[in-house]
Amino acid sequence: MKHRIATFTTTTIGLIAVLVLTLAVFGLPVGPSLHLIVQGAFGDKYGVARTIVRIAPLLLTGLGVTVAWRAGMYNIGGEGQFVIGGLCGAWTAKVLLSVHAPAWAVSILVIAACAAGGAGFGALAGWLKAKREVNIVISTILLNFIALQVLSWAVAGPLRQRGSTLPWTDELPQAVMFYRPDRTSDLHAGVLLALAAAFALYFVLFRSRWGFLVRLVGVNPRAAQVSHIDPDRVQVAAMALSGALCGLAGAVQYLGISGQLSAEFSQNWGFLGIPVALLGGLHPAGLLLSASYFGTLLAGTANLARFSEGGDTLVYVIQAAAVLGLAGTRSYLSSRRPSGAVEAA
Amino acid sequence: MNEIIAVLPYAAPVAYAALGETVGERSGVINIGLEGTMLLAAYGGLIGATHLPGAYALPGGLALACLLGVVLTVGSGLFTIVLRADQVVIGTAINLLALGVTGTLFRAEYGHSGKLLSLPVLPRFAGFDVILVVLLLAVPAVWFLLQRTAWGLAVRSTGEYARAAEAAGYSVVRLRMQAAAFGGAMAGIGGGYLVLGTTGGFTENMTSGRGFVAIALVTFGRLNPWLVFGAALLIGYLDALQLRLQATGAAVPRELLIALPYIVALVVLVVVGKKRGVRMS
Repeated sequence: MKHRIATFTTTTIGLIAVLVLTLAVFGLPVGPSLHLIVQGAFGDKYGVARTIVRIAPLLLTGLGVTVAWRAGMYNIGGEGQFVIGGLCGAWTAKVLLSVHAPAWAVSILVIAACAAGGAGFGALAGWLKAKREVNIVISTILLNFIALQVLSWAVAGPLRQRGSTLPWTDELPQAVMFYRPDRTSDLHAGVLLALAAAFALYFVLFRSRWGFLVRLVGVNPRAAQVSHIDPDRVQVAAMALSGALCGLAGAVQYLGISGQLSAEFSQNWGFLGIPVALLGGLHPAGLLLSASYFGTLLAGTANLARFSEGGDTLVYVIQAAAVLGLAGTRSYLSSRRPSGAVEAA
Repeated sequence: MNEIIAVLPYAAPVAYAALGETVGERSGVINIGLEGTMLLAAYGGLIGATHLPGAYALPGGLALACLLGVVLTVGSGLFTIVLRADQVVIGTAINLLALGVTGTLFRAEYGHSGKLLSLPVLPRFAGFDVILVVLLLAVPAVWFLLQRTAWGLAVRSTGEYARAAEAAGYSVVRLRMQAAAFGGAMAGIGGGYLVLGTTGGFTENMTSGRGFVAIALVTFGRLNPWLVFGAALLIGYLDALQLRLQATGAAVPRELLIALPYIVALVVLVVVGKKRGVRMS
């Protein structure tokens, strides 16, 4: 526990240092910029709501990355799984609303469709790895680009709003959307879904037999094999769960924020989930912290962008620098320990 | 023949990146940050071409692109090769870094929507410019470097069995860093050429996956420079075809055409199947 507190403290100081440095490097006045960021993230109830609704998708895609990476599957395809999930949701909504299904049923089935779509897309990459040894990093990235094109095709074609010439889907009726306690702010009940997913994933990964297998396969697939466990099956299943979580992130954005899909449906949520997962130590509890930090930064820099040129792209830089710093420090520390001879990468 | 020459400018960015990555992967390192390297280099090409005077604009832009490619790859090599950090983690961070840095700088200079840029492009003679000629020479050169020089042999041994190379007195770290620097220079030229040869402009995230496609091409080309170049020509052809069909208006949806290079790259990896490229730890 003491060790964890120390790690947490150094990471926090490091993250704040990275933020300050990044602002300084890009020639932004540090004091006023920090003020704008804090104002944007916590200044009033709208700011707090903005922050919380940004944490939710980051947390979900981060959880998705976590379960795949724990199984040794470098899933970079959160973006594609998010998008395909959203598309399946939008299609389900269109069908159900045309037969006048009750709103609560539409909501539930849209969420399920988003998760299922993401799961299928994630499992596809996992299956290609298992059957054809297709490098998971490359395949998930290529699938991201394919998914984004499918999205812009679908919103301009089969899913386009009736009577509209603009490339976006029908707007969901309010009754189908997530409950909002306050109509004037962004806060919605989908946030609870993300929180629940974090708790659920903790139990699945660290308190269930399957979760043990996932971690075993990730650390040592040979050991799994000699215990008569098929690593491929575990990995494909982990990719499916990973995709489902990213698809859920799509559902949270669709039913919580946008209410309709356009080509810009995903604001890089899938990519941003990767640093969130890494800095969160691939553990749901750590992810809660890192998603909160980056959610705050995203909400804050949105405010900063109104007064300066520094916008959400700054968050990418901060994320990258933080990951490099963390991974570098860890590798440096472990290289200081005595170890065996040179090993091939 | 003319058809192939017309395809070359579209193939060149991925071809350069893929040839460089071939050497890197032969040394046993996969550069997941290739996409970001190309993107940062492309921005370097833009900066060089817009800030340097007259005759220095194009060569300066390309040189800056190449330099940035080397700096970024060697920098990430410090993490992955020297400190032996996870290649996927570092590569992903490099990609994010390049996306963030180029996005922020580009918006600061050209505004959020981005001005319509029209840059001078390299002059061509009979369809060829300097970079394309160098590319045609680079294919046999990379093959020669890998297969017929002592350095190439050392690099290949490092990739295949690092301990043997170490036992033979080579420094695995140094060889890998050298290979990475070469790969970075090539990716840098590819990124710079994308701005100063292929398109004559810059947009945010303009490499749009070319770096990842290049990695896929190396696997497809089985780490053989000739095959890798052939694969790059195929991707360049699809890229050119996509632009032409968009301009003339085809019955096929535009999005399918844009996705075509990615779909083909993926299908090829599925067909080639089984382990060919570098194994990731």
